[in-house]
Amino acid sequence: MSKTYEKYYVPAQSPWPIVGAVALFLIALGAGNYVNEVTRQQPGFGGYMLAAGFVVLIFMLFGWFKNVIDESMSGLYSAQMDRSFRQGMSWFIVSEVMFFMAFFGALFYGRVIALDWLSGGSNNAMTFEVLWPSFEAMWPLVKTPGGIETQAMPATGLPLINTAILVISSVTLHFAHTGLEQNKRGQLKIMLLVTLLLGATFLGLQVYEYIHAYRDLGLTLASGFYGNTFFLLTGFHGMHVTLGAIILLFVFFRVLKGHFTPEKHFAFQAAAWYWHFVDVVWLCLYVFVYVI
Amino acid sequence: MSAVVTDHEHEHHDHKPSGIKRWLYTTNHKDIGTMYLVFALIMFFIGGAMAMVIRAELFQPGMQFVEPNFFNQMTTVHGLIMVFGAVMPAFTGLANWMIPMMIGAPDMALPRMNNWSFWILPFAFLILLMSLFMPGGGPSFGWTFYAPLSTTYSGDSTALFVFSVHIMGISSIMGAINVIVTIFNLRAPGMTWMKMPLFVWTWLITAFLLIMVMPVLAGVVTMVLTDKYFGTSFFDAAGGGDPVLFQHIFWFFGHPEVYIMILPAFGIVSSIVPTFARKPLFGYASMVYATSSIALLSFLVWAHHMFTTGMPVAGALFFMYCTMLIAVPTGVKVFNWVATMWRGAMTFEVPMMFALAFIVLFTIGGFSGLMLAITPADFQYHDTYFVVAHFHYVLVTGAVFSIIAAAYYWLPKWTGHMYDEKLGQWHFWCSLISVNMLFFPMHFVGLAGMPRRIPDYALQFADFNAFISIGGFLFGASQLIFVAVLVKCARGGEKATAQVWEGAEGLEWEVPSPAPYHTFETPPVIK
Repeated sequence: MSKTYEKYYVPAQSPWPIVGAVALFLIALGAGNYVNEVTRQQPGFGGYMLAAGFVVLIFMLFGWFKNVIDESMSGLYSAQMDRSFRQGMSWFIVSEVMFFMAFFGALFYGRVIALDWLSGGSNNAMTFEVLWPSFEAMWPLVKTPGGIETQAMPATGLPLINTAILVISSVTLHFAHTGLEQNKRGQLKIMLLVTLLLGATFLGLQVYEYIHAYRDLGLTLASGFYGNTFFLLTGFHGMHVTLGAIILLFVFFRVLKGHFTPEKHFAFQAAAWYWHFVDVVWLCLYVFVYVI
Repeated sequence: MSAVVTDHEHEHHDHKPSGIKRWLYTTNHKDIGTMYLVFALIMFFIGGAMAMVIRAELFQPGMQFVEPNFFNQMTTVHGLIMVFGAVMPAFTGLANWMIPMMIGAPDMALPRMNNWSFWILPFAFLILLMSLFMPGGGPSFGWTFYAPLSTTYSGDSTALFVFSVHIMGISSIMGAINVIVTIFNLRAPGMTWMKMPLFVWTWLITAFLLIMVMPVLAGVVTMVLTDKYFGTSFFDAAGGGDPVLFQHIFWFFGHPEVYIMILPAFGIVSSIVPTFARKPLFGYASMVYATSSIALLSFLVWAHHMFTTGMPVAGALFFMYCTMLIAVPTGVKVFNWVATMWRGAMTFEVPMMFALAFIVLFTIGGFSGLMLAITPADFQYHDTYFVVAHFHYVLVTGAVFSIIAAAYYWLPKWTGHMYDEKLGQWHFWCSLISVNMLFFPMHFVGLAGMPRRIPDYALQFADFNAFISIGGFLFGASQLIFVAVLVKCARGGEKATAQVWEGAEGLEWEVPSPAPYHTFETPPVIK
């Protein structure tokens, strides 16, 4: 701990938290109704409410971040404040890791235990005999016990290219960071832009892969445990890449406006951590969903 | 009086805002703590009203007042509200109020996010309560929402349930991040780790558990959502999934969740007992290590909720032994509390009474937990009223009693007035007697085989159930005394001194009562 204690900045009253709470209320209530309306094909207000919620959320994020950036630029934040932000972001990433762990855990359980038991493993000989005697455990699970058939997504080709793209984007982001630290603004701008383009390419290819899966392979969200884990893991990862790219985009705009110094650049750092985290998730995902 | 005047002189540059905006826009940890506590109290009464419906229906065998489906909604939403709406927000409220004062911090580390965490909660529970009025009713699959009850057999309200749990989770995670960062980064100089009050230690570990498991809850409700609405088969064997998978993921969240609801209680009791025994806490370091080991073990015991679901013998043995191992650090804690009181100069004000009741009754709940941990015995107890008795002993006479104790203990610091001791003692004795009438006989009907979560029961359980219901109504009514005490104390009463309690030690007792709106704008010096 440092010896001198500057005054810790406690912001004055802020309207943004309550606006954010209303946004989440609209999103949750809207999504809850929308899901029912979509699956029952009934008309309703859920979709509008959900959309309104996102509009309010985006409004809130703009307002909130504008306040924080203004405060930061006017020098209100001490080194201690900076540590609070860094620690907060780190713990947020820990919570994100645990969110993905739930889905990876489901994947491992399904592959190692559920499929084994369904095919008569452990003491489940009778489960197998009585329920689905023709079931064969395999991974990828291209034929479910209930008889849904699908095709597996190959590990080579597009997914391999996407892996390379994400890994390279992490490297370019690192060079953007060293550029910032050494005050080479040109390197910072170019490398950040390259990172963003790589991220966008990744997302584009991911969309293409989904279309390919649905149209050519018959691999859908509803095609059994393989499809479930495939789409939820890659889907949530894709959502995180999207979010990370949006954050990086705003960081890019701030860089263009001349924000950040070699010493103080928490927003850049946080965005970079998030991007690297999303990259690591992809590597795990590539190994366990595509390769093995 | 003079203390109050100086506070205003200090504060002239930053007056307390007034009106509704003070509460909607606040960034003050004390305001946010108050809102959390008031919210928790309101939810405690809403959840309590549902418990009254349950006990009214069970007063006599046969169907009396409500339809079975509505009964199931009551048990489900009662559980959800008490866990996520009453106990957890109450602890978060206490954390908000006390942690910055205890460690000499100016506020919570991320004050705006703090307010966001709070304001999500009323909306989340509004959605949950609204779902009760949907066609087909609210969630009725038990607070544990086991698949396929929550997937194949659930109503349209499931989506609302899922999204309201999502935003509750967001609130909890942000609250936990705030607590953890505050403790790591905002301790006053000299407030070293092993000088921190135990309440701060236990909350630090609780916050860690929250960050680790709330996202897992988000994951599992998401799988329920996609299984129900989007054709996935995580919990459906026909698609290669497994309903047992649900229980594994849920309890991987659920067991640490149990400790999330009890570790702060340990911290509260560890603050109160030394004050009223006028002795320092016995075995401070061992308390810290015991709390940490309980938290670590909590990740290794989840399947003890699933012994009857079926698992390989090796698994059952592993989870049985790990569960029993938790008795060791818990025993250390109970021993330390008793040793703290040993030869102390004890007095028995209301906070101490509730803390003492906590120690005895929580230990009873711990022992019944030990019985449930034994796999072969659990085959008999599983899903009976014995389990209901067990977790109400740890949650009501454990968590809730500790929260009430904390409220009495710190009320003078919050309001600047002493509460009405006589009324408080009435509240304590009425609660103590009625809560044992309510939950103790549940052990017996459970051992005799009465299943939980049913609106009707076999005739031989009638007398016990009538007795239990009377205990329930009395316990519910006793809590109205608590509200009377709170209102009376908030409105006035004997002025409290800064130290309030003769034996109280710690930074929070060095600031005036009521605590000034902003404490420690510059860090205090820790001896």
